[in-house]
Amino acid sequence: MKHSQSIRLEQKKFFSDPVLVFSILLLLVFLVLFILYPLAILLIDSIIPPEEGTVTLSVFQRVLALTRFRTAFVNTIRLGILTGVFSTAIGLLFAYVDVYVKVRTRMLGKLFNLVSLLPVVSPPFVLSLSTIALFGRSGLITRSILKIYDSNIYGLWGIVIVQTLTFFPVCYLMIKGLLKNIDPSLEEAARDMGASRGKVFMTVTLPLLLPGLGNAFLVTFIESVADFANPMLIGGNYDTMATTIYLQITGAYDKTGAAAMAVILLSVTLILFIVQKYYLEAKSTATLTGKASRARMLITDRSVTAPLTVFCGLVSAFVILMYIMVPLGALFKLWGRDYSLSLKWFDYMMEYGGFKAFRDSVVLSLIAAPLTAVLSMIIAYLVVKKKFAGKGFIEFVSILAMAVPGTVLGVGFIRGYAGGIFRSGFLQSLYGTGTILVIVFIVRSLPVGTRSGISALRQIDRSIEESAYDMGANSGKVFMTVTLPLIKDSFLSGLVTAFVRSITAISAIILLVTPSYKLITVQINEFAEKGYFGVACAYATVLIAITYGAVLLMNLFIKYFGTSKHVKEEA
Amino acid sequence: MPKEKKGVKLDHISKIYKDPKTKKDFYAVRDVSLEIEPGSFVTLLGPSGCGKTTTLRMIAGFESPDEGSIILGGEVIDELPPNKRDTAMVFQSYALLPHYNVFDNVAYGLRIRKLPKDEIREKVMNILELVELGGMENRMINQLSGGQQQRVALARALVVEPGVLLFDEPLSNLDAKLRVSMRTEIRKIQRKVGITAIYVTHDQSEAMSISDKIIIMKDGIVEQTGTPREIYYHPKSLFVADFIGEANFLRAVVSGQDEVTVEGVILNMQTGDIPAGSKCSLILRPEAVRIEDTGLLPCKVTFSCFMGAYQNYHVAVGETNVVINDYNPRSKKIYQEGDTAYLNFSNDSVNILRTD
Repeated sequence: MKHSQSIRLEQKKFFSDPVLVFSILLLLVFLVLFILYPLAILLIDSIIPPEEGTVTLSVFQRVLALTRFRTAFVNTIRLGILTGVFSTAIGLLFAYVDVYVKVRTRMLGKLFNLVSLLPVVSPPFVLSLSTIALFGRSGLITRSILKIYDSNIYGLWGIVIVQTLTFFPVCYLMIKGLLKNIDPSLEEAARDMGASRGKVFMTVTLPLLLPGLGNAFLVTFIESVADFANPMLIGGNYDTMATTIYLQITGAYDKTGAAAMAVILLSVTLILFIVQKYYLEAKSTATLTGKASRARMLITDRSVTAPLTVFCGLVSAFVILMYIMVPLGALFKLWGRDYSLSLKWFDYMMEYGGFKAFRDSVVLSLIAAPLTAVLSMIIAYLVVKKKFAGKGFIEFVSILAMAVPGTVLGVGFIRGYAGGIFRSGFLQSLYGTGTILVIVFIVRSLPVGTRSGISALRQIDRSIEESAYDMGANSGKVFMTVTLPLIKDSFLSGLVTAFVRSITAISAIILLVTPSYKLITVQINEFAEKGYFGVACAYATVLIAITYGAVLLMNLFIKYFGTSKHVKEEA
Repeated sequence: MPKEKKGVKLDHISKIYKDPKTKKDFYAVRDVSLEIEPGSFVTLLGPSGCGKTTTLRMIAGFESPDEGSIILGGEVIDELPPNKRDTAMVFQSYALLPHYNVFDNVAYGLRIRKLPKDEIREKVMNILELVELGGMENRMINQLSGGQQQRVALARALVVEPGVLLFDEPLSNLDAKLRVSMRTEIRKIQRKVGITAIYVTHDQSEAMSISDKIIIMKDGIVEQTGTPREIYYHPKSLFVADFIGEANFLRAVVSGQDEVTVEGVILNMQTGDIPAGSKCSLILRPEAVRIEDTGLLPCKVTFSCFMGAYQNYHVAVGETNVVINDYNPRSKKIYQEGDTAYLNFSNDSVNILRTD
């Protein structure tokens, strides 16, 4: 009761800022309607199936009795563990080489940068396409070089290779950040006591890093489990939960069963996400809060540097080779048989709806990107700079979307909006429109933008914004004149990230897209499924060109117009 | 220049926080009542954690009091958010907007108030002239030194002509020399403009040199309010005596009407209304004590050091250590470690505080 007066006064102050109140309300409505509700309806539908109308566990029992689903469950977990372990291990090696090892050529650094950028700008299944190109039945390596005519890359190992190559750069960046925060004097102290380099790594570096490695593993695990496109293209008979849910809807027309499966998949990712977010993340930063006091003495010992750089160099070269395969796949006349150059696949692509696909994809992503960027910056601003009831809720829900596999969200939107909200018909008109696609794009990119916005805002001294309030500006004014200009770079990169994520999205979209819209990713999936490898590659080539162009444009923009240039120089 | 100088009244305000470790509530500020005259310069002084900054932030509106009211110029402002209060604050970290140049920073508040362009230009230029930054209006913030940034922050707060100007340890990021010259300058500008100012600092010499009135806080409570002179010469508590300047404390007992006993020696001095038999402390400033061959209290020199302007002695009076700064020692007798001597002081330079 003691605090009642200050609470009342804070409320008065809060409500005298209508812009603030309005934007919080708007956010709450958006988050509840498009993140919480679609997930909730999945659970509701699977416990109270509309066919029966009473509370029952029969749907879960039915789903769990399906051998197909049980196999998919085990498959998914096995895949997640393998991908997680390999990605973390390779990411650690790359990070270690980057931070600890003296590299003779500057080439390797550039190679690392490129390799860590590629998965960000590329559509999720590009590596599947190129793996098929290299190791498939008509694979360049398997058939043309090794003369193996019955190679089978489809299956678990195909997915593991593709996912590892896709996700390890994320681990590399995460672990690199942690390694840089280890104070070199800790290791020097251990060396000084007489420990060998290997001993130092095992007794100092690795234990400090362990929570961070666990963190990287779980992040990859969640990504792997949620991945839809790669298992679809290269999984062969190896079904995962994401693909099984998709087939349950599109093949068996069992929407209630799919809802129950989605609930199970969501529970897996959600539990891991909560462990990762609230346990490991806190722990990994708690052990490594120290700022490096000075530069680290790099390892120059040949016996250490040579094998490490060679290994990382080879992996990087392989990743780049994989990406080169895609435009080649589009340019060769008939992969595996006739390697003469031709533009026929591009012609074919344009003839069968190519133009419409590009227009639809680009337009929808261009609508979604600025909305996502603004929304995530507003959320970040409210979370970091404001005190109000429901703040924790907003932060949790917008970050939670990160743990929601696209397929699950897709099923949620089908269940939640096909008949309107709670099948009342309200908002039913949304279903099947471009608007709902844009909304899904936003929901899918929101967590990434929010997270980067939050970390950008935490860098800004609270008193800078307070000084603007003190001068008489209200929340909206402060946001527009102070906050946004100070995080312009982060905003721009959020904008481009949202655009790239939207235009390369597939897992949720493929369930919701109607024939009136053609999307590039959906086209690629379709053509690859039908075996039109060249057309799929042609689409993917153009898509990579678009996303890479967007990133280049952003870098140019930040270089010449970024505020942070003179703001950062100050520090 | 201000439209109207405003007085500030704090009416029994308290702020309660939760200790993040023990989860227990505690008073960061407890039952503080103050009356600040329009146009005066008042300093909140105290060690870190005493509640001075919290008090200032409550006046600015960044925090809300859990008890009591804040009155600015006769109007209760408790419910107003910071942007609607007639206050302007100079922040410890300056808090200038790094993406604006000097002019835009100073003009920010005027633009919010939607003043016409010409008027903004005129006011900004005048105020920059006042803080001696004329000709710098196009510089970016990162091209300025710490002292110049401080001036911009001051100009930005002054230009909106607030009813009261708030300073949150504004000089603590500057080097020692600049700190001294800036504080004189702040004081001069405040006099010239004639604005009400509330200043927070933990540096007692800053507080002494700048204020009309000092409010000493400790553990969320006001210990003493007074002019710098009153506080230095008539501290009302051991804490205040110790916090402001240097002080020696001699334990004593009031042994009769206007008579105290220290280390077995009876001294005559005004004991006011302290009853006989009570324990008390005699507070002596180091510069108010003389060391001589004969006198009131016998002592033994334990440390002697030449400091230029004065000779610094530590002497033992019984068990108690007393510090003496003997100014202008050139022609005086210098005592060495191990010497015995006597302390002398005049009655009016002693403060007596009851301690039981």
